[in-house]
Amino acid sequence: MNLTLKIWRQAGPDDKGRMVTYQVKNVNPDMSFLEMLDVLNEDLIAKGEDPVAFDHDCREGICGMCSLYINGEAHGPGRGITTCQLHMRSFKDGDTIIIEPWRAKAFPVIKDLVTDRSAFDRIIQAGGYISVNTSGNTIDANAIPIPKENADKAFDAATCIGCGACVATCKNSSAMLFVSAKVSQLALLPQGRVEAKERVLKMVHQMDLEGFGNCTNTGACEVECPKGISLENIARMNREYLAAVIS
Amino acid sequence: MRLDSKIPAGPLEEKWTRYKGTVNLVSPANKRKLDVIVVGTGLAGASAAASLAELGYNVKAFCFQDSPRRAHSIAAQGGINAAKNYQNDGDSVYRLFYDTIKGGDYRSREANVYRLAEVSANIIDQCVAQGVPFARDYGGLLDNRSFGGTQVSRTFYAKGQTGQQLLLGAYSALSRQIAKGTVQMFARHEMLDVVVVDGKARGIIARNLVTGEIERHGAHAVLLATGGYGNVFFLSTNAMGSNGSAAWKAHKRGALFANPCFTQIHPTCIPQSGEYQSKLTLMSESLRNDGRIWVPKDRKDAELLREGKLKPIDIPEEKRDYYLERRYPAFGNLVPRDVASRAAKERCDEGYGVNPTGKAVFLDFESAIMRYGQVEANLQGIKNPSKEKIRELGEKIIEAKYGNLFQMYEKITDINPYKSPMMIYPAVHYTMGGIWVDYELMTTIPGLYALGEANFSDHGANRLGASALMQGLADGYFVIPYTIGNYLAGEIKTGKIDTNTPEFESAEKEVRDRIAHFLGNNGKTSVDTFHRELGKIMWDKCGMSRNAQGLQEAIREIQALREEFWKDVKVPGRSDMYNPELDKAGRVADFLELGELMCLDALDRNESCGGHFREEYQTEDGEALRNDAEYAYVAAWEYTGKPSEAILHKEQLVFENVELKARSYK
Ligand SMILES: Cc1cc2nc3c(=O)[nH]c(=O)nc-3n(C[C@H](O)[C@H](O)[C@H](O)COP(=O)(O)OP(=O)(O)OC[C@H]3O[C@@H](n4cnc5c(N)ncnc54)[C@H](O)[C@@H]3O)c2cc1C
Ligand code: SF4
Ligand code: FES
Repeated sequence: MNLTLKIWRQAGPDDKGRMVTYQVKNVNPDMSFLEMLDVLNEDLIAKGEDPVAFDHDCREGICGMCSLYINGEAHGPGRGITTCQLHMRSFKDGDTIIIEPWRAKAFPVIKDLVTDRSAFDRIIQAGGYISVNTSGNTIDANAIPIPKENADKAFDAATCIGCGACVATCKNSSAMLFVSAKVSQLALLPQGRVEAKERVLKMVHQMDLEGFGNCTNTGACEVECPKGISLENIARMNREYLAAVIS
Repeated sequence: MRLDSKIPAGPLEEKWTRYKGTVNLVSPANKRKLDVIVVGTGLAGASAAASLAELGYNVKAFCFQDSPRRAHSIAAQGGINAAKNYQNDGDSVYRLFYDTIKGGDYRSREANVYRLAEVSANIIDQCVAQGVPFARDYGGLLDNRSFGGTQVSRTFYAKGQTGQQLLLGAYSALSRQIAKGTVQMFARHEMLDVVVVDGKARGIIARNLVTGEIERHGAHAVLLATGGYGNVFFLSTNAMGSNGSAAWKAHKRGALFANPCFTQIHPTCIPQSGEYQSKLTLMSESLRNDGRIWVPKDRKDAELLREGKLKPIDIPEEKRDYYLERRYPAFGNLVPRDVASRAAKERCDEGYGVNPTGKAVFLDFESAIMRYGQVEANLQGIKNPSKEKIRELGEKIIEAKYGNLFQMYEKITDINPYKSPMMIYPAVHYTMGGIWVDYELMTTIPGLYALGEANFSDHGANRLGASALMQGLADGYFVIPYTIGNYLAGEIKTGKIDTNTPEFESAEKEVRDRIAHFLGNNGKTSVDTFHRELGKIMWDKCGMSRNAQGLQEAIREIQALREEFWKDVKVPGRSDMYNPELDKAGRVADFLELGELMCLDALDRNESCGGHFREEYQTEDGEALRNDAEYAYVAAWEYTGKPSEAILHKEQLVFENVELKARSYK
């Protein structure tokens, strides 16, 4: 299939940036979206032009590095997938595809489609952990049974890959889904309860400092999240937060 | 050069305890004066950085991704081993030790492997304390599954995302230290050289991948936890950025490189579908707990399958060849990876492959779905359930166990694996070889350590499933915190490392010159073109099976390709900007040297063992033929200016506790 691509090109953080149109030919429907961009880049390099910069690493939907806004959707069409898991069979011959970076104040563009998501790391550093030392001299792992239901819910929340699609999708650029996933994971486990109050306060505080917007419950984040992180987590975090503020 | 593995004296079970009890320590006040660089934030690096910072050292950590949380360990799927014996099925530290030595085809060090098995149980305690949500049973206790090469259930898991959950645990410990200021994190940074001063590792040269700045970092010790080099094959299950450069740079500065030819080809990966393909996707070994591997008994049926004229369900039970169950009745579908991979290749080479390219076998869940469905129906008290009901219940159980893997498979292939068996083929997955280290994880350069997949230490010629995660965390959480003190105790009077020295100067200049060469080269061929070409040579001649003639050809071809690369590679852009093509060029340049050493090593080893299968050395029924009398050694190579002129040093392996036997899974 042959496609027209309109891609955001931006030389660096201070450049204004613009959309540039490219044609790609003979795209195989079994290719992944990123492999299609590889082909485009090989072509640009051969022509002596600057290849399009985009983030990626694992190419199997788990590292959270890839991050494109495709035809107005984070990670493109299709639910429950990242851009690297999107295949060209989701498009038709002759389609025009618009490719942009995540757009959010807290995620400044580095080059083209690559953004700086270190704000997420700083939110985790603010309290997204359990303060045990790393000596291994703790209690036996089976000393505290954890009800399967809680363990499963904690696991579901813990599968967040930190990609930032929730922020990119939200009209307020809110990071609530990301933050609530970590808060929930730890709040649901007995080991995490000890610091639960302090944790939620610190993480929310850092989230605000980073310039993420407020949550107005549009639910767009849940729809676009490649890992199906549920809005239930936001509700849980709100309860945790309220309880922490009151006490 | 004399290779001293520094294995402590005493009985196997007491070595580590004795070592810990007598090793030199550094006082808390002195730790504050010592700087440690950790390159890599995968399981090995993140756990090491967090632990050393916790002890009081000043740590600088580096990774090339945008966040430490994205290191390649994140992609590990199936699980992590530990000798907890929670299932009461006869597991013990000794058994895990024995399985690992045997699985590695008797090419690893007893003392290292025993220590690994010994600390394995602590890893699980540690991770649970950190909030890692391992799978649990209905009683709220931890669940286990089985992996290849073992007859017990000792693998802990978190669905098909075990690596992710373990790495996020280590990342959270690291984040806690970053917040305290005890770790300084340098993401989007690539180490481009190790700096050696007066024979000791004293720092690194790194490039800020966003701004292009070249930086000098000094430290009293440098740890490489930079992962494996499977991407030398271009197509592998590794992440796109995984590379061997840090290890190779250390090698060129004097660190010996051990067993470079020991590569693991994983039996269950999604087959390649086209030339454009950039990577291969693993389907976790855990699937072999429940999936049965087969091809048709009749070549004609295989042909019809390839032509799309027959569907797998059209082939009745009696016309299927469950070849692993047939050849290896004791272990069946759970034979170790090297055995399973070769068996798949053998069937496909004989014309029994089942996909259009003829390079695939089936991994079938039908029996498991029906078996689980029946049990579930019994549990739910459903009397005389219909076949459809049983299937529905069974599919739910399978989904709970492997849901994300099934989804991943369907996304890539557009085939629903609940309804039609998966098609799989072996692919490059892991490198057992790596930088030579002694018992303390120190390389042959004093002050330079290697951890995790980057070292060679524990897996011999074949790694067992779920043991890499165990080794990474053991190295980082429980080994290096003790062993590094033994060296750093001698550094407390050294003072801050000065980076304004001729050694740093010249290392930096070499880095700059190389970058300038790439950008000013005016070549015509892209980096990926060379990489693909190298991968093809390696896969054809140094892959699942090797022979002397092929290896000799490969060496010549790689040399020619390397020369061509330096003349004709085309790298766009500038050095003072974000430039991924430039990063790739440097990595491929190193692969082009490492690949040659791998072939040289494979040529030297005139035996078959584990993942290293030399066609000249096999038994009548096609099993690997080891030669313990001549090859029970670690091949440690010294760089002398060219890969072809590397000098071989042999570390003889001494087996005092296990008897060397032909590995049998029959
Ligand atoms: C798909 C897949 C599934 C797997 N599943 C399992 C499993 O179920 N169980 C199991 O036990 N094992 C599994 N493995 C193997 C296991 O995941 C790896 O061996 C292990 O995670 C390696 O960890 P590591 O810490 O050594 O390195 P990695 O996790 O690879 O980390 C390397 C780090 O080094 C950094 N780095 C590299 N070079 C440089 C440089 N020059 N400068 C700066 N930083 C650098 C990277 O940024 C990264 O942070 C799997 C492997 C794959 C590919
Ligand atoms: S919550 Fe979902 S969308 Fe947001 S960062 Fe996590 S995985 Fe990505
Ligand atoms: S590249 Fe890792 S999630 Fe897409």
